[in-house]
Amino acid sequence: MFEQSTLAELARIVGTANLLTSQEDLACYGFDATPRLGHWPDAVAKPGSTDEISQILQLANRAGFKVVPRGAGTNLSGGSVPIQGGLVVQMNRLNRILEIDTENLTALVEPGVVTSDLHSAVESIGLFYPPDPGSMTVSTMGGNVAENAGGLRGLKYGVTRDYVMGLEVVLPTGEVINTGGKTVKNVTGYDLTRLMVGSEGTLGIITKILARLIPKPEAKKTMLVYYRSLNDAAETVSSIIAHRIIPPTLEFLDNVTVRCVEQYIHAGLPLEMEAILLIEMDGPASVVEEDGDRVVQVCRQHNAAEIQVSKSAEDSLRLAAGRRAALPALARIKPTMVLEDATVPRSQVAAMVRRVQRIAETHDLLIGTFGHAGDGNLHPTIVCDERDHDEMARVEKAVDEIFRAALELGGTLSGEHGIGLSKAPFMTMELKDSGMKATLAIKRALDPNNVLNPGKMYIDDYAAGRKATKDVLSPVS
Amino acid sequence: MADSNGQKGFAPKRVPSYDELLNCIRCGLCLSVCPTYRQAGTETNSPRGRVALIRAAAEGKLELSPNFVDHMYRCLNCMACAAVCPSGVEAHEIIVDARIEIDNKLPQPAIKNWIFEGLVPSPGRMEAAVWPLRLYQRSGLRWLAEHTGVLNLLPYNLGKTAQMPPTLPMSPLRQRLPEVTPARGERRYRVGFFLGCAQSLLFAESSAATVRVLSRNGAEVVTPKGAVCCGMPAMAYGDLDSALRLARQNIDLFERTGVDAIVTDCATCGESGKHYREWLKHDPAYAEKAETYSSRFRDISEFLTEIPLDDRLGEVKAKVTYHDPCHLVRGQGVSAQPRQLLQGIPGVELVEMKEADWCCGGAGTYAMTHYEMSMGILDRKMENAAATGAEVIASGCPVCQMQLAYGVKRAGLPAQVTHPIALLDKAYENRDR
Repeated sequence: MFEQSTLAELARIVGTANLLTSQEDLACYGFDATPRLGHWPDAVAKPGSTDEISQILQLANRAGFKVVPRGAGTNLSGGSVPIQGGLVVQMNRLNRILEIDTENLTALVEPGVVTSDLHSAVESIGLFYPPDPGSMTVSTMGGNVAENAGGLRGLKYGVTRDYVMGLEVVLPTGEVINTGGKTVKNVTGYDLTRLMVGSEGTLGIITKILARLIPKPEAKKTMLVYYRSLNDAAETVSSIIAHRIIPPTLEFLDNVTVRCVEQYIHAGLPLEMEAILLIEMDGPASVVEEDGDRVVQVCRQHNAAEIQVSKSAEDSLRLAAGRRAALPALARIKPTMVLEDATVPRSQVAAMVRRVQRIAETHDLLIGTFGHAGDGNLHPTIVCDERDHDEMARVEKAVDEIFRAALELGGTLSGEHGIGLSKAPFMTMELKDSGMKATLAIKRALDPNNVLNPGKMYIDDYAAGRKATKDVLSPVS
Repeated sequence: MADSNGQKGFAPKRVPSYDELLNCIRCGLCLSVCPTYRQAGTETNSPRGRVALIRAAAEGKLELSPNFVDHMYRCLNCMACAAVCPSGVEAHEIIVDARIEIDNKLPQPAIKNWIFEGLVPSPGRMEAAVWPLRLYQRSGLRWLAEHTGVLNLLPYNLGKTAQMPPTLPMSPLRQRLPEVTPARGERRYRVGFFLGCAQSLLFAESSAATVRVLSRNGAEVVTPKGAVCCGMPAMAYGDLDSALRLARQNIDLFERTGVDAIVTDCATCGESGKHYREWLKHDPAYAEKAETYSSRFRDISEFLTEIPLDDRLGEVKAKVTYHDPCHLVRGQGVSAQPRQLLQGIPGVELVEMKEADWCCGGAGTYAMTHYEMSMGILDRKMENAAATGAEVIASGCPVCQMQLAYGVKRAGLPAQVTHPIALLDKAYENRDR
């Protein structure tokens, strides 16, 4: 809880209209898109400038309150949940595209710019910002950078990290730093830009982003390919890349997902198929044409049961509809959805999908697996009911086993959703003690009073020598 | 936190449906299309936030405070959120359920009870109630008020919103329209016309045009004088009993007319008429009748595109843009039909505006109760409309028309606002000339 004098000081910094303290406001800032996690903040501030954010953080260090930055609250690991209360800093008033530099191919944006708004702005002048997380119509650039968001085009184009050239960041102590710049080459000092990207709001509040742009691809082609065998689908993925073709999108749906999608959109998907691949290629028209033919050949060589190739833009949309419907189809089966993003090397995709299927059987759960086969970033999605305590206990066991499987196959806990709270208990499995120590040392160096987004990434609990804690938002049963 | 009597917040698992609340996975996709969120930029003004508020109340974590109630009424009920929700949550329905629960649980202001139980059920009383406005507009008082700044002295935003209604017709259409308007030429259909209150009171000429167009296309038009308000305003204010009473009255009335179809030129009346079947599905005496009633209901643009339309049209030279009323595009899935009719008029150049299906901020009485928010949403709409360079903004909803006309005035745009069918009527008129 805040002292009255602290609230008055906050109101002076951001203006009374931009400081929210009603019970109703607090109830709306205690969650993000992560299932079952919630904790109300004590207040919400909507700053309008870097300077105001700097003042807030200085005050936080003096008065001893916690600060949790928030973009659009779409993250899936609990990163924006104010687990220890304190002040949520909502960044969406800072929402201007400050500059699009067509000579250096950069965009300077404020953190509250909505990702797809940046897409429209740059694409209208023939440029391209590739990261396209599923929540891009509402997610903000600041949130994307803080979480190092991925998306469907990761295989060819990489993730948010690969498109951040520089940042303005307010450090936890209130100092403002500028990192990187417009030059492609820059080796001056530590790479503080990369340190901040994916830091999940624990090391600083991002206030400006210098994003890298590339020319917009000229043409696009979409294919939908059905397989009776999971192995054939997985081998197709590896084989396409072995043929030196890198499609931006190489998406995968397993049989459970296909069945759920068909039940939902009735598109006539063949239910006996073990896997479907959605392949999209882009680039110069002639190259797309030529590569498209080669991909069709590769699919045939690997026993594709059926191949559909788009002939027009509408065709592309139609073919992609099944993949787009994966999430809503699964979401409608039961109220709660645990969407994981354990990621494995591309060569292990088939093995991982099988492990997940076995885990589902063992724990009697419905798990649909879909995702980005090309980069090994799968989304095993558990549909469940948070009121069913027995089922939720089985879900927790399954999640634990999914993470172990990913690590055993040489993968990682999280490909694109981040650690936050939901994966905190598994951090030492991947980082080991030495990695956690280094993480803690960095956090302490930049945030000596631990004011910024505390309790995340297992840092505090590790420092205190205890197991990771979660606060669960329980339903009424 | 909730006491055992459920005094704090809603009673758990009761109203609104707790299962529905849990279906919200809080992904936030609704934020991208919610006009109030885009305007205010706070979760509390978003569908996801409102559902979270209702869930917190159902779980006894929030009281039904005045601020809570206010947030329930900040929703425009534009249904944009439901259209993008991956889990199929209908936040707008949940919010109306919450309003109904509030209406049941908290004492309501006397004026609200008087409006929905005394005024709205009686067309005659409503017609009498707008007399002061007519007097104000026609006597020179309006000129005086708008030019002396006296309006700024009024409480709330009454001063500003007094300028919103169009100049009223000399008399409501209900009083002038015969019970039966014969078909011009051979009678091919017998159609019931559901004349909405706002159309009759504020846009009488436009509905007169609708009847002319119907008649010209071979419809004998039956307009029962006893038709009452469709019930949507009462429903939106959580007065379920009044809404259902009105629905039953209309069902009984139209049942007696023996018409093939019931047509309306008001998006909202159409939305409610088509949903009486859901409103009354638990009423054994009315469930079946409501089903029949709803299945016969058509928006005028639907009806006219389902029949062979008389295509002997004159020219109406105009660059037109079309604004989708929420109650048509999402409420009834009607968006292609009005555009098809407009495009069929010789001389009309139809230009699409960006975000044509976004709410204009009119939303019933929203502009009066939430002036600032409503105007922010309207400004966005006007920017999109202005970008088309259209001289005419067409929209089949009286509230949208009122709001858009006010927007045109505010923005100083050289554009006219009209009902699409009024343009069609004009095309017929030009042909006859």
